[in-house]
Amino acid sequence: MAFLHGATRNHSGPRSGIKSRSITPYLLLAPGLIWLVTFFIIPIFSLASTSTMVRPEGAQIGTYVQELRFQNYVDAFTANQEQYIRSFVYAGIATILALAIAFPLAYMIAFKSGKYRNVLLVMVVAPFFTSFLLRTVAWTQILGDEGPIVSTLKLLPFFDDSLRLTATPIAVVSGLTYNFLPFMTLPLYASLERIDPRTLEAAGDLYANGFTTFRKVTVPLAMPGVVAGTLLTFIPAAGDYVNATLLGNPNTKMIGNVIESRFFAVVDYPTAAALSFTLMATILILVTLYIRKSGTDELV
Amino acid sequence: MTTLSAPPMPTLGHRASRWVSRNLIRIYAGLAFIYLFIPVAYTFAFSFNDAGKSNLVWQGFTLDNWKNPCGAPQVCHAVSNSIQIGVLSTLIATVLGTMIAFALGRHKFRGRTTTNLLIFLPMATPEVVLGASLLAMFLNLRVNPGFWTIVISHVMFCISFVVVTVKARIASLDPRLEQAAMDLYANERDTFRYVTLPLVMPGIAGAALLAFSLSFDDFIITNFNSGIESTFPKFVYVSAARGIPAQANVIGSAMFFIALFIVIIGQVVSRQRKKS
Repeated sequence: MAFLHGATRNHSGPRSGIKSRSITPYLLLAPGLIWLVTFFIIPIFSLASTSTMVRPEGAQIGTYVQELRFQNYVDAFTANQEQYIRSFVYAGIATILALAIAFPLAYMIAFKSGKYRNVLLVMVVAPFFTSFLLRTVAWTQILGDEGPIVSTLKLLPFFDDSLRLTATPIAVVSGLTYNFLPFMTLPLYASLERIDPRTLEAAGDLYANGFTTFRKVTVPLAMPGVVAGTLLTFIPAAGDYVNATLLGNPNTKMIGNVIESRFFAVVDYPTAAALSFTLMATILILVTLYIRKSGTDELV
Repeated sequence: MTTLSAPPMPTLGHRASRWVSRNLIRIYAGLAFIYLFIPVAYTFAFSFNDAGKSNLVWQGFTLDNWKNPCGAPQVCHAVSNSIQIGVLSTLIATVLGTMIAFALGRHKFRGRTTTNLLIFLPMATPEVVLGASLLAMFLNLRVNPGFWTIVISHVMFCISFVVVTVKARIASLDPRLEQAAMDLYANERDTFRYVTLPLVMPGIAGAALLAFSLSFDDFIITNFNSGIESTFPKFVYVSAARGIPAQANVIGSAMFFIALFIVIIGQVVSRQRKKS
């Protein structure tokens, strides 16, 4: 989302090429916005409506009628509290880890890469070109019980045969960190790249040491990238269930797993809808608070 | 690590440790890149595995999987579905998204804030919610999910990314170029066709590539809205439990090299344009 800010500044004052009020902009907007309203906004209402439905006594599986039963939310939350909280904890840890890995990486590409800058940027995105599922499956095999890492570690004296890397919370969090790393790196790079190296030199001229310069100049200027990167990592990570399914065990299930199984395995649409709706509301509230707090409203 | 070489030649050790501290960030970045590429390399390596049914353990080198990528049942059906869905969604999302981007970048109108919000929200909503809500609507309308519901859902989440990409390109244009065209008596339509559109084209192309890769790689939203229809990511997910066939690695690796090739060509072309 950091790449948004350059684009949103054009509402201030008339600029050449911006035409005055006519019907054209609405014609341009209409098809796309109608698509978004029909297949994004209306479904959200549909979800909300499904969330308060009830299955009538003796009705066929998958048949629900509207009874405005808001108790569904309480039931859904109390039954799945654990997975719900776990999703936010895992996503939070993964976001912090991704930031720790991506910041030096983005910093290096922005300031130390010289003529290789474009090559390195392509390399950040390149792993994306292999399917995200294939990469996650690859991790399950690399970290798996018969994989190279576990069998090597088992040769060492301080690990016994019970050593496992997959089916652990660590594996799930690592998977989340890995999968969303480029989402963190690119916005960070975009805002670091904008920093004029002379500002950093100026800080040095004013007797700031390397660390002070970093803390007082680099980090504040990189803030929009940090905010965008953390959001782009946290939001998809909190709703993800692929990593938890492939790399986890029954005790690492996240809210996405519950929503999926409520929909397909249990055919309990109201609970799934109530959980989805709560997830969306929680994330929107968190995002709003976070953007307010970090003072980067220009993000949207 | 540097202290290991320290005892015999202290100056060398000293120099080595200075080199390490000076290049610390490069070493760190190098490690990050290794981390990023481990699963890609693994996927590529195991595409040559003489695996038979389960591709879990290395059995021996073979080119058979590359010679016959459709060897495993259902793989190519899933891939061809993914490509068709990708192409259709990319076409629709790129056209709709570019139109919105032009409206936002080149026109004044009421409702700009609402429009921006409507573009931003799908990107700020977890996929599982997008997928679940769309499925809830289809279920309420008694629509059976399948090929077309996948296309609909992919267009929905790709539009925002297209708008953002194209809008950024429009905002970075030098307005004087269009002024110059007008000064040379080009009318609005010709200015758009011969000046603005060609300048924005790289942004549109980039947006289309992004949309295609998002669509091709999407799993969660697709899983909710696909019914019994298969796509490549869905195929991988379903077969993951039994071990995915080596042919899936072939397709994943091939996609990797094709995409890399396109990106490199794009970079070369844009560099040559800058030169001329």
